[in-house]
Amino acid sequence: MANTHGSHGSAEHHIIPLGTYLKVFGTLIVLTVVTVLAAKVNFGPFNAVVAFGIASVKATLVLGYFMHLKYDNMMNRVIIASAVLFLILLWFLSILDIVTRVAVESPL
Amino acid sequence: MSTAKSSGTVPSNQRHHAHHFDSAEHEYQSSKQGVWLFLCTEILMFGGLFVAYAIFHHMFPETFKIGSKFTDVRYGATNTVVLLFSSLTMALGIYYCQVREQKKAVISMAITLLCGFIFMGIKYLEYSHKIHLGLLPGDWYAGNPEMIASEIGNIQLPANIGLYFSFYFMMTGIHGIHVLIGMGLITWAMIRTMKGEFGPEYYTPVEGVGLFWHLVDLVWIYLFPLLYLVS
Repeated sequence: MANTHGSHGSAEHHIIPLGTYLKVFGTLIVLTVVTVLAAKVNFGPFNAVVAFGIASVKATLVLGYFMHLKYDNMMNRVIIASAVLFLILLWFLSILDIVTRVAVESPL
Repeated sequence: MSTAKSSGTVPSNQRHHAHHFDSAEHEYQSSKQGVWLFLCTEILMFGGLFVAYAIFHHMFPETFKIGSKFTDVRYGATNTVVLLFSSLTMALGIYYCQVREQKKAVISMAITLLCGFIFMGIKYLEYSHKIHLGLLPGDWYAGNPEMIASEIGNIQLPANIGLYFSFYFMMTGIHGIHVLIGMGLITWAMIRTMKGEFGPEYYTPVEGVGLFWHLVDLVWIYLFPLLYLVS
């Protein structure tokens, strides 16, 4: 494994303080309440954008703090980013296909 | 790996580790990287289901709009809070291993496990209600018209309403299986912590199990708005 972060020998892992975990949890609960309340408001075509936008903020908090990515090495961040990237690619190309389909009538 | 219970004063490169690693730290980082790679495959598997949902939602918007009337946001929101809390206690389980408070680590993991049981209990209530109404996936759909009318009013259901429940049961089902597997892994990590195998010098399995459990939480963070909020 290419080691670019000098982890060899440096035995001390970063320990996230207890208070930070509690603050992150509090924020996650607030965001859950916000998303439930926001679902009662009609944003028209942006309903899904608002709901999944809030979900993505929550996901980022879980990844950054509970899963320690904020203090982790770059490799693990790139690994997770690649999964997200390919998922967006799959979603984007699929949507592009579905919304641009035209029913073709044969002239013959 | 009981030999890992070495003193914290031993430098990382002299602590016990498998011979193909430079140091215990190298072993820890490699193991964690392996878990992250595994989580990638998990994201892509669940992601495929989300993309399929988006495609069929676009093709049959009415089916999904009516289908989602059968999910109860109170159950969904409760389960969201339960899973978020379990993620917190799992993170604290690792934290207490890091600061050498193994007793508190065991308690944290036990609470995480309890949250898993609560989540699956609520899931059981939801599933049994849907099965009672005959809201089954695909061709198995056998909705009872009177019971459905008392649930969502007299709405004409689309002929392919079973499609919605295919997605509902497949997505929450695979997620539920992950919760059960996670609960098994947490039990294993908890028992090993009780035996005193983990501490600040070595807690790799707890970290790995934690990452898996947080992924289960991450998937639910997206499933909740998808199935319970956006209709």
